[in-house]
Amino acid sequence: MSDNHGHDDDHGHEPDHDHDQDHELRVSKIRNGTVIDHVRGGQALNVLAILGIDGSQDEEVSVGINVPSDRLARKDIVKVEGRELSQEEVDVLSLIAPDATINIVREYDVTSKHRVERPEEVEGVLTCPNATCITTENEPVTSRFDVLEDGVRCSYCETIVRDEIADLIDSR
Amino acid sequence: MRHDHLITSKHLTREDIEAVLDRAAEIDADPDAVAGKHEGTILGLLFFEPSTRTKMSFETAMKRLGGDVVDMGSVESSSVKKGETLADTVRVIEGYADAIVVRHPSQGSAKMASEFVDVPLINAGDGAGHHPTQTLLDLYTIRENAGLDDLSIGIMGDLKYGRTVHSLAYALSNFDAHQHFVSPESLQLPREVVYDLHQEGASVREHESLEEVLASLDVLYVTRIQRERFPDENEYQRIAGEYQIDLETLEAASDDLTVMHPLPRVDEIAPEIDDTDHAAYFEQAHNGVPVRMALLDRLLEGGVSR
Repeated sequence: MSDNHGHDDDHGHEPDHDHDQDHELRVSKIRNGTVIDHVRGGQALNVLAILGIDGSQDEEVSVGINVPSDRLARKDIVKVEGRELSQEEVDVLSLIAPDATINIVREYDVTSKHRVERPEEVEGVLTCPNATCITTENEPVTSRFDVLEDGVRCSYCETIVRDEIADLIDSR
Repeated sequence: MRHDHLITSKHLTREDIEAVLDRAAEIDADPDAVAGKHEGTILGLLFFEPSTRTKMSFETAMKRLGGDVVDMGSVESSSVKKGETLADTVRVIEGYADAIVVRHPSQGSAKMASEFVDVPLINAGDGAGHHPTQTLLDLYTIRENAGLDDLSIGIMGDLKYGRTVHSLAYALSNFDAHQHFVSPESLQLPREVVYDLHQEGASVREHESLEEVLASLDVLYVTRIQRERFPDENEYQRIAGEYQIDLETLEAASDDLTVMHPLPRVDEIAPEIDDTDHAAYFEQAHNGVPVRMALLDRLLEGGVSR
């Protein structure tokens, strides 16, 4: 099993020594939980929003922002101690971090590692930005978005959002 | 859940459309043949926005088929005023009516409402979204006047908020139609509609000036530039004037040009055009009855639509 420093090893080679040391310093190892790696640079705070992490609870979280990456040039890393993500959370993550890898860590070892897959639709996690969409009114309806190759589309009013999906995430 | 609602023209096939138009033509030719066919049937009319033609033509259509209507009346006099949701309203009316017609100011409202009922539900306009039954009568009128194949059609006016335009554009993508959209830049067709039309492989071009395409058109479909959309009255006056047509405008058009408008018009079409062979907008409005009779007949018999 590999360790969980978030090494950028997807191209089959080790990162250079300096990067490795940087990671050690910036993002500490976790014992049990999830490492979300290869998040596009600058999206880490949105990942935290999706996971409902705002610092008000006692979750132990490590975040690296804009660390060097072979694959993405710059990437973010989020390590959450004591928590494994639900499929629903992973589905939403895939919208803002389509290249992300989810590493499940147990006793400091990565026990499983997989890329996120974009679902066909997401339900109840995004708010439609169209103020005249029926889902923004006081109706007993759950928001639903079809996932496009390059964005999402409201299943009700059909508004397409491409660039600012993170802004639509329901605050929990 | 039933699947014989009519929410959008987007998923209608050419066969779906032609079946309704053919049936409408039969009814138009011999209305007595279906008189009383749906005796005892009740159609629920839920109009959360003002309507004249759509509401009255549905009412007429149902009565000519032998049925009757129950009408929510104005929003002001209904339980909506007390804060009742659309979802609750349709669930209540489902118990009174065999089919429901909904007009509502919010986009996606008809689709949402259809998820709460088991009787056929027809979208009679959902905000700036869709208006599929208007499209069916538009296509019927176009077919009568110009045919639906190898058609060159100009669609002019407020394309951004014009639900009749969105529905018509989707439906026309089933046919060999060249669609020219003429509008000020601020009122262009929504990008998601353009995206869909391109996905469908439709022939679509956008213009700011009618002069660019008028001579090549078989049909000119005019819609109202909505004054209320403009924060600046001067800007409205400047733009609106460029999208009005009169006899002088039509000198550059084909003698066979058919001029249509979903109505109501304000000043987009000069009254002097009314008495020419170009004018088809009143005929278009009248076609709402046989087309909606055909549609109701199909839906009430469980015909497949979407």
